[in-house]
Amino acid sequence: MNLFFDLFVGGVSIGACYALVALSMVIIYKTSEVPNFAQGEMAMISTFIAFTIMDGYGAGFWVAAALTLVFAFLLGLVLEISFLRPADNPGILGSIVITLGAEMILYGLAGWKWGANQNPFPIPFSEYSGFTFGAIRITEVNLWTIVASLAITLMLFAFFRFTKMGTAMKAVQQNPFAAKAMGIPTRRIMTFTWGLSSSTGAGAGMLIAPIATLDPNMMLDPMLKGFAGAVLGGMTSLPGAAIGAYILGLIENFFGGYVSLEFKSVVAFAVIVMILCVRPSGLFVRHYEKKV
Amino acid sequence: MDMKRGYYEDIELCRTWTSLFGLILLVCLFIATPFIIGDYNLYLINLIAINSIVAIGLNILVGYTGQISLGHAGFFAIGAYACVLSMLKLGLPFVVALPVAGFVSAGFGFLLGLPSLRLEGPYLAIATLGFGMAVTQIISHSEFTGGHMGLEAPKMSLGPFVANTSSQQYAVIIAVAFMMTVAAVNLMKTRVGRAFRAIRDSEIAAEAMGINVLKYKTLSFAVSAFYAGVAGALMAFALEHVSAGSFNLILSITFLAMIIVGGLGSIMGSILGAALLTYLQIKLQVIQEAPIIGPLLLDLSRSYFTPEGLPNIQSIIIGSIMIAIVIFEPYGVNGIYLRFKRYWKMWPF
Repeated sequence: MNLFFDLFVGGVSIGACYALVALSMVIIYKTSEVPNFAQGEMAMISTFIAFTIMDGYGAGFWVAAALTLVFAFLLGLVLEISFLRPADNPGILGSIVITLGAEMILYGLAGWKWGANQNPFPIPFSEYSGFTFGAIRITEVNLWTIVASLAITLMLFAFFRFTKMGTAMKAVQQNPFAAKAMGIPTRRIMTFTWGLSSSTGAGAGMLIAPIATLDPNMMLDPMLKGFAGAVLGGMTSLPGAAIGAYILGLIENFFGGYVSLEFKSVVAFAVIVMILCVRPSGLFVRHYEKKV
Repeated sequence: MDMKRGYYEDIELCRTWTSLFGLILLVCLFIATPFIIGDYNLYLINLIAINSIVAIGLNILVGYTGQISLGHAGFFAIGAYACVLSMLKLGLPFVVALPVAGFVSAGFGFLLGLPSLRLEGPYLAIATLGFGMAVTQIISHSEFTGGHMGLEAPKMSLGPFVANTSSQQYAVIIAVAFMMTVAAVNLMKTRVGRAFRAIRDSEIAAEAMGINVLKYKTLSFAVSAFYAGVAGALMAFALEHVSAGSFNLILSITFLAMIIVGGLGSIMGSILGAALLTYLQIKLQVIQEAPIIGPLLLDLSRSYFTPEGLPNIQSIIIGSIMIAIVIFEPYGVNGIYLRFKRYWKMWPF
C-alpha cells in the first residue's frame, strides 16, 4: 500500500509539471490554433536564465524566479512578433513548422551558450525531508511542485474569469472577427497570449529543473508529455488539458512502478492514441465535424 | 502536340525525344559521377540520395495527401532494423531483405494510418510523434535488436558483387533512389495520386466524389512508410551500423524540414530539400574549419558562448531556414525554381 501512495504522490507531482506545460500550450492553441512545439525550449531557455541569475549573480531563488517570469514573458512577445505575425495565413502545417523552427533555434542557442553540461538547479526545498500524513509520505520538493503548480493554475483561471484582459482573450478565442468588431485589439491580444503562455511554461521549467537536471534536453520529454496530456484532455479546454496532464502523469508513474520502468514513456503515448481513436478531440471536449 | 488521348500517356516515362535525351543524359551523369569526384563526396551523395527517398515518401503523405507526420524517424528505424535483422537472423540476401524492410515498414504505416482516419491537426501530430518515440524506446530496450549498442550492419551484397566502398554502395543506392523517384512521379500521375490530392484539398468533397477515404489514406501512410523503410535500410548500410538513439524526434523534424524547404507537393522539391539540408547538416557540423567564418565564430563563442557548443549552430541555421521558407516562400525551393522558369520562358518580352 505504501508503494501505491508513493507512486500516487509522484504521479500527481509530475502531473502538476505536465499540467503547466499543457496549460501553456492550450492558451496559445485556443487563440491562434498554433500547436506550439517551441514551448518546451522556451521554458528551458527561461530556466537557464534563472540558473544564470542565481549562479552568476548570486541572487536568491525568489528574485531569480520573478525575473525569469518577466524574461519569459518578453521572450514570448518577441517570438510571436518576429515569427508568427509575419506569416500570412500559414495553415496548420505551416504554423507547426514555424514553431518547430523556433524550437530548433532556441535549442541550438541554449546548446551553444551553456553547452551540454548538466547543471544542478538549486531550490530552497529539500528532496529528502518531508511530511507524513498517515500512510502518505510527501517530500518537500513534491509538495512545493504540487502547490506551486496549483497556485499558477488557479491564478490563470482567475485571470481568465475576473480581469478585463482575460475576458478579451476569451472573446478572441471564441470569435476573432466579432472580437475585432467589438474593438478588441486582436493582434495585440495574440502577442500577449504568447507572453502569458511563455511565463506559464517558464514556471513549469523551474519546477521540472530540480527534479531532472538542467541541460538543453531537459524539456524535450516534459514538453511532449504536457502536449500529450493536453491532447488527452482536449486542446480547446483549459481545465480539460490540466486534468488530462494529471491523468497522464498518474498513468505513467503507476505503469513505471508496477509494470515496467523502461517502457514508461511508451505507455503514455499508446494510451493517448487509443483514447484519441475513441474520442478524437480529447476526453473533455465535444468533437465538431468540419463542414465543407 | 500537348494533347493526350489516354491515361496511359500520363505515365509514359519519355513522351518526347527531348525528355528521352534528358533522361539518357541524367543516367550518363549518374554513371560518370564516381569517376569524377572523390570517395568522401560520394558518401555525401549517398546520404543525399537516401534522404531524398525519405523526403519523397514524406511528401507523398504530407504534401500530396495533406496529413501530418512527426514520426517518420520511426519508419526509418523500422526499415533499418528490419533489413539488418532479416539478413542477420533469417539469412536473407540483401536483394530480398531490402523490399522486406520496405513492406514491414509499410505494414506499420498502414496501422498508423488507421487512427489518422479520425484525427487531424495537432491530434494527428501527437499520435505520429508518439509512434516515433515508441518505436525508438522499444528498439533501444529490446534484447532482440541489440539494445542501446545497436547492431553492426552486414555487407551489402548482390550475389557475388559485394559493396564495400562508398562508390560501390553508390551504385546500389542511386539505382534504388532513381527507381523510387520514377515510381513516385508516376504514382502521383495515376488514379491513386489524384485521389491523394483530392483528399488533401477536401476530405468530404473527395468522399462525395466516390473516393474511398479509408483505402487511400491508409495507402498513403503505407506508401510513405515504405519509402522511409527502404531508405532506413539503405542508411544502415551507408553508416554500417544502426543504433536506436539516432532515430529521434530531431530526425523526424529534419525530414519534415526537408520537404518544407524543398516544396510541398512536389517530387523535385523533395530531392532539392533533401540535398540542401543534408549538405548543410554535414558541413555545419565542422563550421569552425570554414575559411573566414570559422575563426570568427570561434572567437565569438569564446567570449560569449561555449566553444564546444559551436556545432549547435546547425540547428539554429536549419530552424531559421524553416521559418524563413514558411514566411517568405511557402512553395519552397521548388517555388523559386518555378518562378525562375516562368520568367525566362518569355524572356525577351
